[in-house]
Amino acid sequence: MNELIQIQNLTKIFKSGLVGGYFTTAVDDISFDIHKAEIISLVGESGSGKTTVGRLILRLLKPSLGRIIYEGIDISTLKGKKLKEYYKHVQGVFQDPFASFNPIFKVDRVFNLLFDGYLKDKANKKHELIVESLEKVGLNSLDILGKYPHQMSGGQLQRILIARTLLLDTKLLIADELISMLDASTRVDVLNILGDLRNKEKMSVLFITHDLSLGYYISDTTMIMYRGNIVEFGKTKLVFDNPLHPYTRMLLSSVPEIGRKWKKSELEMKRGELPPGGCPYFDRCPLAMDVCRKKPSLKEIDQNHKVACYAAEGVKSNDPISFGKSHDS
Amino acid sequence: MAKLLDVKDYKVYYQTLKGQIKAVDGVSFFVNSDEVFGVAGESGCGKSTLGNSLIYLKAPMRYAGGNAVLDGNDISKFTDDQMRRIRFEKISIIPQFAMDAMSPTKKIKNIVVDLVREHNKRMSEKEIIDLTVERFKMIGLSKNVVDMYSIELSGGMKQRVVMVISTLLNPRLLIADEITSALDVSSQKFSVEMLDEFKDKQFVSSVIFITHDISVLYQIADRIMIMYAGHVVEIGNTEDIVSKPLHPYTKLLISSLPKMGIQFSQKRLKGIPGYPPNLLNPPTGCRFYDRCPLRVDPQKCQNEIPPLVEYMPGRYIACWAYTKGNDKNE
Repeated sequence: MNELIQIQNLTKIFKSGLVGGYFTTAVDDISFDIHKAEIISLVGESGSGKTTVGRLILRLLKPSLGRIIYEGIDISTLKGKKLKEYYKHVQGVFQDPFASFNPIFKVDRVFNLLFDGYLKDKANKKHELIVESLEKVGLNSLDILGKYPHQMSGGQLQRILIARTLLLDTKLLIADELISMLDASTRVDVLNILGDLRNKEKMSVLFITHDLSLGYYISDTTMIMYRGNIVEFGKTKLVFDNPLHPYTRMLLSSVPEIGRKWKKSELEMKRGELPPGGCPYFDRCPLAMDVCRKKPSLKEIDQNHKVACYAAEGVKSNDPISFGKSHDS
Repeated sequence: MAKLLDVKDYKVYYQTLKGQIKAVDGVSFFVNSDEVFGVAGESGCGKSTLGNSLIYLKAPMRYAGGNAVLDGNDISKFTDDQMRRIRFEKISIIPQFAMDAMSPTKKIKNIVVDLVREHNKRMSEKEIIDLTVERFKMIGLSKNVVDMYSIELSGGMKQRVVMVISTLLNPRLLIADEITSALDVSSQKFSVEMLDEFKDKQFVSSVIFITHDISVLYQIADRIMIMYAGHVVEIGNTEDIVSKPLHPYTKLLISSLPKMGIQFSQKRLKGIPGYPPNLLNPPTGCRFYDRCPLRVDPQKCQNEIPPLVEYMPGRYIACWAYTKGNDKNE
C-alpha cells in the first residue's frame, strides 16, 4: 500500500449572504489518492475549486461531507499532539511569497518558529539543520540568513519556504500556484526543486496550478477540475497526449505555446441552462446530449486514465441537444 | 511601412530618496502602423514603465532624455495639456490590473460616459452608450452589461469591458499592458483574438503588447522586443526571436520555458542563475554581464554598454558578441 493520503467523497459547500443566503458547491464529491513520492497536478480555471481542495487537505477548511484519510485516520478527528504530527507531515506553500513572510522580521524567523514549536528537541542542532535544508533547495545560507524579506527575490523566498518544510520531514507538500508569481527565468528552477525532492526525499506534491504547461513538465499524474468536479484524471502523459474530456481538449487548445499558433476559435458562449444535477460542462460542451442531464461519474476508460463524460465512454446520441447558434444571445 | 511611433534613446527615471532608479535607460525602437509590437522581459525590466510613460508621466516617474515621436509629433516634449488632447483618441492604454480598478459603485455605462466626456465633448451620452453596446455585441457581451456593476462580471468579462473602453475612440496606438496575465487560458486566448479583431476592423492601428509571457506574444506579435534591466537587448520578427534567438539573455529565456512534450523526468530545463542588477546603481557595462555565460570580451562587456545595432536587416541586438566586424552598422 503506497497511498499517502486518500480523499473520499470530499464535498465543500460555502454559504454566502447574511440572511437566507445561497450556497456554492466549491468541491463536489471528489475522490482520489495521492501516492508516496508522487507529484500530482491539479489543474483548473479560477473558480474550479482547486484551491479549496488544497485548503481542505491542510485542514484550513472543514469538509461539508466526505473524509480525508491520512495514515488510516480521518484528519478531521485529529487533535493536540496528533494534529501537530499531521502538520509535520503535511505542509503548504502558497502563491504570494511576500505575503507569507512578515516584512518586519528577518527571514530566519520562519525557521526559528519551527524550533520553538515543532522541533524543540532538535534545537541544539538548529543552525546545521537550517543550512542543510537551504542547500537542498539550492541556496547558500550566507546569502539568506540575517536578511529581510524585501531584500530577496520571489524565487528565493519560495525556496526558503520549501526549505522550511524539509526541516519538518514533510511527506506531502500542497503547492498552491507556487510559481505563478515568479519570473520565467527562475520558475523552472523552483519546479526542478520539486522534482528533486520527489526523487531524493520521496516527498509527494499536490501541485495546484492553472498553467497546463507547468503541470505537464513536473507532474506524474494530472487531475483536471471543472466547477468542483474532477472531469479527467490520469497519468500526465495520457491526459495530455490523449485528452478525452471536451473541457480538457478546449483547455489544451488554448494553451499558448511557442511554435504552435492558436487556431481561430468560434466565440464560446453559454448555450442553454445548466441542468441541476447534470454534467457541470453541459452548457459549454459541444458534445452535449440528453443523457448529459444526469451527471456522469468518473470512469476508467484506459488503464490509469479516468474521465467523467458519456461521449468519451462511447455513448452516442442521434439527437445532440439542439441549442445551436440560433439560441445565442 | 510607415513608422507610427519612433522612440530614440528614451529615458525615464524614478525619483526616490535614495537617488534615481534608471528604469528605462536609453531605449530605441519603432512601431510600424498596423502591427502588433510585443515587449517582453522579466519583472523590473522597465517594460511597464515604458508603456505607462508614453501615456502619462506621473511622478515619481521623470522624463530623463530622448524622443518619442508619434505621427510626427515628439510626445516626450508635450506639456500635460497637449498630452491630454491626444490621450485616448490618438494613444490609449489598457493598464495592468485595469479590470480590478473599475469603480464598484458605478454602472458600466456611467464609467464609460464619464471617461469619454473627459476627452471628447462632441459625443452625446446616447452616442457613447450606443457605440459601447455595439462593440459589446461584437465580442459576445450582451447589451445588458452596460447596466451592470463591475462586481457582477467575471474576470474574463471585465477584461473585455476594459478593452472595449480603452479602444472606444479608435486610438492609433494602443498600449496593452499584461492584459492576459491574470486570466485563465481560455480567456487569454479570447482576449488576444479580440485584440486581433479590433485591429482588423481598424479600431486600433498598432498595438504595443507588453507581457512577461513570450508564448502569448508568439500568438499575436509581428515583432518582439526583449528588455533587460532598462535596456533593449534584442528586437526582431517574432519567428526569428523565438526560433533563432541571438542575444544570450534571449536564448536562455526561451530555453527556460516549459513546453508541451517536455517532462522533468526526461529533460531538465534550466533557469537563468542570478538576479537582475539594482537599477539605482546599475553596472557600467552590459547589464546582463553578471549572469551572462558568453562574455565574449570580458573587459569590454563589464565596462562598456553595448550599443543596439542592426545586425541583420530588421534584427537589432545589443551585445558585444554581435558588433565585431559589423562596424558599418554602428
